[in-house]
Amino acid sequence: MNTPVIEVNELSKRYQLGSIGHQSLRDSLESYWRKIFNKAPITNYEDNTGGRWEAEGPRAKSTLPKSIWALNKVSFSLQAGETLGIIGRNGAGKSTLLKVLSRITEPTNGSARVQGRVASLLEVGTGFHPELTGRENIFLNGAILGMKRSEIKKKFDEIVHFSEVEAFIDTPVKRYSSGMTVRLAFAVAAHLDSDILIVDEVLAVGDSTYQKKCVDKMKQTVREGRTVLFVSHQLATLSNLCTRSILLDHGNLIQDGPTQDVISNYLSNEALSGGQRTWDASDAPGTKTARLRSVQVLSNGQTTDQAKIDTPIDIELGFDCLQNGAKLSCCVRLFDKLGNIAFTTMNLASVSASQDPMIGQAYAKGHYTARCTIPANFLNDDYYAVHALLVQDVTQILASEEDAVSFTVIDTGAMRQEYGGAWPGVIRPKFSWTIERHN
Amino acid sequence: MQSTPKTTLIETKQSWFYFDIQGIWEYRDLILLLVKRDFIARYKQTVLGPLWFIIQPILMTFLFSFIFARVAKIPTDGIPSNLFYLCSLMIWNYFSQSFSNIAGSFIANAHIYQKVYFPRLIIPISLTLSNTFTLLLQLATFFAFFFYYQYAGAALSFHKSMLYFPLVYLHTLALALGVGLWMSALTAKYRDLSHLTQFIMQLWMYATPIIFPLSEVPASYKWIILLNPMSAIVETTKYLFLSAGGVTPLQYSGSLILTVFLLTTGVLLYQRVERTFVDTL
Repeated sequence: MNTPVIEVNELSKRYQLGSIGHQSLRDSLESYWRKIFNKAPITNYEDNTGGRWEAEGPRAKSTLPKSIWALNKVSFSLQAGETLGIIGRNGAGKSTLLKVLSRITEPTNGSARVQGRVASLLEVGTGFHPELTGRENIFLNGAILGMKRSEIKKKFDEIVHFSEVEAFIDTPVKRYSSGMTVRLAFAVAAHLDSDILIVDEVLAVGDSTYQKKCVDKMKQTVREGRTVLFVSHQLATLSNLCTRSILLDHGNLIQDGPTQDVISNYLSNEALSGGQRTWDASDAPGTKTARLRSVQVLSNGQTTDQAKIDTPIDIELGFDCLQNGAKLSCCVRLFDKLGNIAFTTMNLASVSASQDPMIGQAYAKGHYTARCTIPANFLNDDYYAVHALLVQDVTQILASEEDAVSFTVIDTGAMRQEYGGAWPGVIRPKFSWTIERHN
Repeated sequence: MQSTPKTTLIETKQSWFYFDIQGIWEYRDLILLLVKRDFIARYKQTVLGPLWFIIQPILMTFLFSFIFARVAKIPTDGIPSNLFYLCSLMIWNYFSQSFSNIAGSFIANAHIYQKVYFPRLIIPISLTLSNTFTLLLQLATFFAFFFYYQYAGAALSFHKSMLYFPLVYLHTLALALGVGLWMSALTAKYRDLSHLTQFIMQLWMYATPIIFPLSEVPASYKWIILLNPMSAIVETTKYLFLSAGGVTPLQYSGSLILTVFLLTTGVLLYQRVERTFVDTL
């Protein structure tokens, strides 16, 4: 099939801000009154979206409140069986795009041609009623999502089994725990039979075991050849599920390409400050000999708290030497999210990969920066906390800052060409493998 | 997988006359499930359950009988006053309940409308059907009284004309849907109108021959009452069940034409508002 399943053509959506929609009849009458008698309109602008302002024509400017383009001439097309990730920060227009494609609201300009049945999952459990039993809610929720009774009947056992609430299926949902409700709701949604599936962040439900089950179910959907549009802040999940992604920023489509490239671009544009910590001279941890002034995480030379898995990560320690002749060394210890030590590294001659001339030397008074480079493809896609230490004469600790900074390693997909599932382990180094044949 | 997938074009609909009848047909299962939900939710939550829907009109009837028939001495077309009021109230309650529910449906279902698409008319339609259960309960109550009075010697008899009641019911449904959609579309735009819904219903009730028969209205004012499409409905209901009152075929046609007009314009206006309603929430 060569005709695209989804063809989006210059799709735009404008939201009016301020005195939009006339919240009360009185406002409306008042504004008509002003229109008739040519008085200045009342406008109460509100910029709480952080979006881009759109300058209207001179006439419109005086009579209409300001507006924002949540989507601005977005165009792309999708072939059957493709999985498209939608990336962008909050307010970039991701949700608006999904809402327009789901027909929840109309576009202001442009059009989209969609072929086949669309199922949207912008929320799990829409329309659940607490008085109804699990069974009744499955039918109701399924119908709200566009399923026929006969289809739900056919899939009923599968849904109940997936939700793991078999024992309570005839109990009113008001007696369910929140976890059970969410599981039941996701189970219905996951069994929607549609040509196109639109999903917004809903995989982040339940405990981690159930989340994994949901992601696996999504992958199965993708393998079945359905077309999927997917929004998630979990970039790892996204790179895992989607081969292609688009990047939105302030309603504009910035990039359309392979997910790895789009994620790289997105991360490099994100100005993140979480990967840095500095201290003033007065409260810096340390002694009269030396003190720690800063710790930061860098990727590609830029401070960040999100590093890509296939890029080296630098951890920089800034310190002041306050006494001539002190023999100082720096130590970095990395913890994973469970508090396990991933490794400890120190700039001593025998444990350093490079032979830095300053190692083992006596320092003169002044400010120094020590940099430790963690090679690419070494850490796992996980969260890490840095414990930074400043040491004198190899054993005497002068400064010790646990959780000085933290960062997340993002899986760009570079190490997931063949296997997309979880890689257990604190680190995920690349080792050499050889195979010999014996016979 | 379908062999010939349906193509949907998403764009700004310029036409006022866009009406997605096919979409509603595709979602017919949802209508039934919503009716079932309303039924369960309504009858499970209250202590008295379905009894409440029987008690309410009976109490109302006794109150009317005391105030209007006994104290104010308003005649009731020679029919036992309890039966007279019960008969009018049964069809009026259906109308007024459906109207109020539909009028508030945009706001009441906003959280669903923001997350899922389905033809929005599904909800008002399902509400008119949900309220039919209440109507049936009240119809049963009416017959209980009817047979009691017959047994007690009143000149009443079971009449073939009663079988025409379903047609009057459909007419009421259409009218409630029409004005309900109008009100709903207006409240979606002007939120403060929602306070008016109850007030409109009260005024409308007194402009309808419920506590008084049409025959008692002075000829010079009759046309005002007859402009109200509910008058013909209530009078005809009393005529069918109690062989009292009634309107001329011409007067009934007037009500019918007005109903068709209100329903058509109501649907069009509702569909117009529905398309971008979620943006104003």
